[in-house]
Amino acid sequence: MRIRIGFSKQGALRYTGHLDLHNLWERAVRRAALPLEYSQGYHPQPKIQFASALPLGFASCAEVMDLWLKEERGLEACRAGLQAALPDGIQILAIEQVDERAPALQTQVVAAEYKITVPAEFASGLNEKAAALMLAASLPRERRGKTYDLRPLVESLCLSPLPLEDEAGVLIFLRLASREGATGRPEEVLDQMGIPADPVRIERTRLIFQG
Amino acid sequence: MLTPEQIETRLERILSSVQKPARYVGGEVNSVVKDWDSVSTRVALIFPDIYDIGVSNVGLKILYDQINQRHDALAERAYSVWTDMEAKMREQGIPLYALESKRPLGGFDILGFSLPYETLYTNTLNILDLAGIPLRSADRDETQPLVIAGGHACTNPEPMHAFIDAFVIGEGEEVIHEIIDAVQARQSQSATRADLLLALAKIPGVYVPRFYKTHYMDDGTVSHMETLADNLPATIVKRIVGKLPPPPTKFIVPNIEVVHNRASVEIMRGCTRGCRFCQAGMITRPVRERSVDDIVEAAAQAIRSSGFEELALLSLSSSDFTYVVELVNKISEKFKGQKLTISLPSLRIESVSIDLMDKLREHYSGGFTLAPEAASERMRRTINKFIPDEDILNTTREIYRRGWTTIKLYFMIGHPSETIEDVQAIVNLCKRVIAEGRKAAGMKVKLNVGVGTLVPKPQTPFQWVSVDTRESILAKQQLLKDGLRDRSLKLSWTRPDDTLLEAWLARGDRRTAEVIHAAWKRGAKFDAWEESRKHEIWMSAFAECGLDPAFYTHRTRRTDEIFAWDHIATAVRKNFLFQDFRQSLEGKIRVDCRQNCYACGILPTFSNLRREHPGGGWKCPDVKSPAKVSHPLSVIRGQIPVSGD
Repeated sequence: MRIRIGFSKQGALRYTGHLDLHNLWERAVRRAALPLEYSQGYHPQPKIQFASALPLGFASCAEVMDLWLKEERGLEACRAGLQAALPDGIQILAIEQVDERAPALQTQVVAAEYKITVPAEFASGLNEKAAALMLAASLPRERRGKTYDLRPLVESLCLSPLPLEDEAGVLIFLRLASREGATGRPEEVLDQMGIPADPVRIERTRLIFQG
Repeated sequence: MLTPEQIETRLERILSSVQKPARYVGGEVNSVVKDWDSVSTRVALIFPDIYDIGVSNVGLKILYDQINQRHDALAERAYSVWTDMEAKMREQGIPLYALESKRPLGGFDILGFSLPYETLYTNTLNILDLAGIPLRSADRDETQPLVIAGGHACTNPEPMHAFIDAFVIGEGEEVIHEIIDAVQARQSQSATRADLLLALAKIPGVYVPRFYKTHYMDDGTVSHMETLADNLPATIVKRIVGKLPPPPTKFIVPNIEVVHNRASVEIMRGCTRGCRFCQAGMITRPVRERSVDDIVEAAAQAIRSSGFEELALLSLSSSDFTYVVELVNKISEKFKGQKLTISLPSLRIESVSIDLMDKLREHYSGGFTLAPEAASERMRRTINKFIPDEDILNTTREIYRRGWTTIKLYFMIGHPSETIEDVQAIVNLCKRVIAEGRKAAGMKVKLNVGVGTLVPKPQTPFQWVSVDTRESILAKQQLLKDGLRDRSLKLSWTRPDDTLLEAWLARGDRRTAEVIHAAWKRGAKFDAWEESRKHEIWMSAFAECGLDPAFYTHRTRRTDEIFAWDHIATAVRKNFLFQDFRQSLEGKIRVDCRQNCYACGILPTFSNLRREHPGGGWKCPDVKSPAKVSHPLSVIRGQIPVSGD
């Protein structure tokens, strides 16, 4: 039985990386006493697949994963069992059964949306920087020794003042391409705009799939 | 003092730029977050090394459960932070905080440090400093937490006496409650810190250094210990529990991979083998076993509540557990078909060990570790761990034959009276193991050889022995490196600098506290980790304090010397240790004391406890005599000091 789960990753869990998240889910499934399916072979791996790795430190309210069970179970029982077994910070938002033969999630992701909270001290001139970025024909950058063009990866960029009264600053809403070999990274966009990574908060708000 | 919210806000700014930030945020399954204002006593339990190592510590887990089961107290956790995080915290003015509530350690009533080994001392000072708490007990005022410590290293508490307000000697399960009660009594009576410390000093098993003063002789050795308050014991006898309480089963499940990602069950405490170099074997007596059913039930609960993929069945000598075969059968049956690795460390070198591992095969991956410790007959007699070559060869051959490709053998150099021939015997034995292994299973067999160096620990028969010299250690290690060149063989060893540091700290006295303080000021921390400047820092610290490190490590000790730790009694009598040391020099073996009680001192000290817990749980003989009214302290005191020969 293949189950698709939408979940959020917040609070302390932002600091658990992709590989550790894999183990975390495996243990949660075991605590929930659900019959997790394992791959065949000498080193059997649990059949858990994530749509898209979330960088360390990012929050998210839009993660998606598939997991396989050896036996059929009721979806509501799965949801309740898993939620009780998960650490605070991971909330199951949606659960559904999907066709065993449906394509792998990670091949279906085309884009991702992010909400970035920029403190007031870095907010000045952001409109101009955003306009310059969006108007550029190309934005050649280097990452890990490879050059690439950031511009085509930025599908949209909007600014908005923080709605909260007690917290000054700016929200950036970004939509970045997220395909194999063409994945836009929010921190690269921030760096392009001259905003340091440490003081901002980044949350993934949506994954966009094919079709 | 910063509020938890202020700390969290500041953490937000730094966590994305440190390695493994999940170490610093808590939020694990099975961590306990209690309402701060609902309890009157808050305890922070601290393991003074990084999270990756400390989070799976079983001793602190026991105390965490004990305290959090109380309705009037809470326990949270803190660990050393790695150097990158420390730099950022100091820069941002963030004091060290507990993971559950994010409250600064300074806001707790009690800080409880686990000190299982000596190389954590400088980290302990660093934690106090990062928490903004005065390092020295004498400098703390009424508002600051009570700083206590326990663990194996505390069987010689003197090197840390200046920094720790009170030490727990022995097992903490019961005494922690008495300490919390004393703290609460102080709160309700608005008594002073000094009153509290005096009250603590009267709890059996609690040592409060400020009420004791060391007097020295002209040669620098201890003359005697003076008691500075009335009605305090001259000797602090360790605490033990008569029956092991139910083991913890709700293990903290880290949200990142750590050193031991596992649940564990302590199957037995103590060891009856009497290896003369082994401090744990001497100080954790008597042997008390859990029942097979209790262990299996606890293991099942622990796996269910944690979801871990590994279960460790812990003890100092698994093969000696009376019902080990039954235990392994029941465990393998219980977890049949589950994806679970089961480890059963500390197996003896005998064929039954292989049968045990074979039964766990479904649940086992990785190698097989055995610890002969010495390779010549003379050394084996000296250390009282006598395993003939033939037994080692038969066992290793059989392990290879049954399909394990890697074996790890542990040895030690630096045993008393060891010669270069005794070290050559290690080389010869390892070569034979490999040769025999190849005959049995072909060229794929591998042998990892770990060679440590003896640190003669306090409270053991070797406490009279001096540490091997650096030159001698280096020569012996060179012999091993030259002799063990083989593509199937991997040799690892302990650097002499690390051995010497451990020995200085383990064998220190009150003056060592100044050296520790000076070394910390010069930047010493994470002394259990490899760091190149370490030796230089410690040598400067000794020089600054006008002390000769060789006094602690390379001096022949008088047979009637009073050691800096003699007022701490593990209930194994000093003259028992001394007789055992003499027997070691004569090459005499003492067999497993389950077969023959050598009157080490445990029974007279804990006769009442033994009487309350008769039968097979303890591996000491039953006590037949009626209950005594005399205080056990008198028994201990009557039997020291040892007279010279």
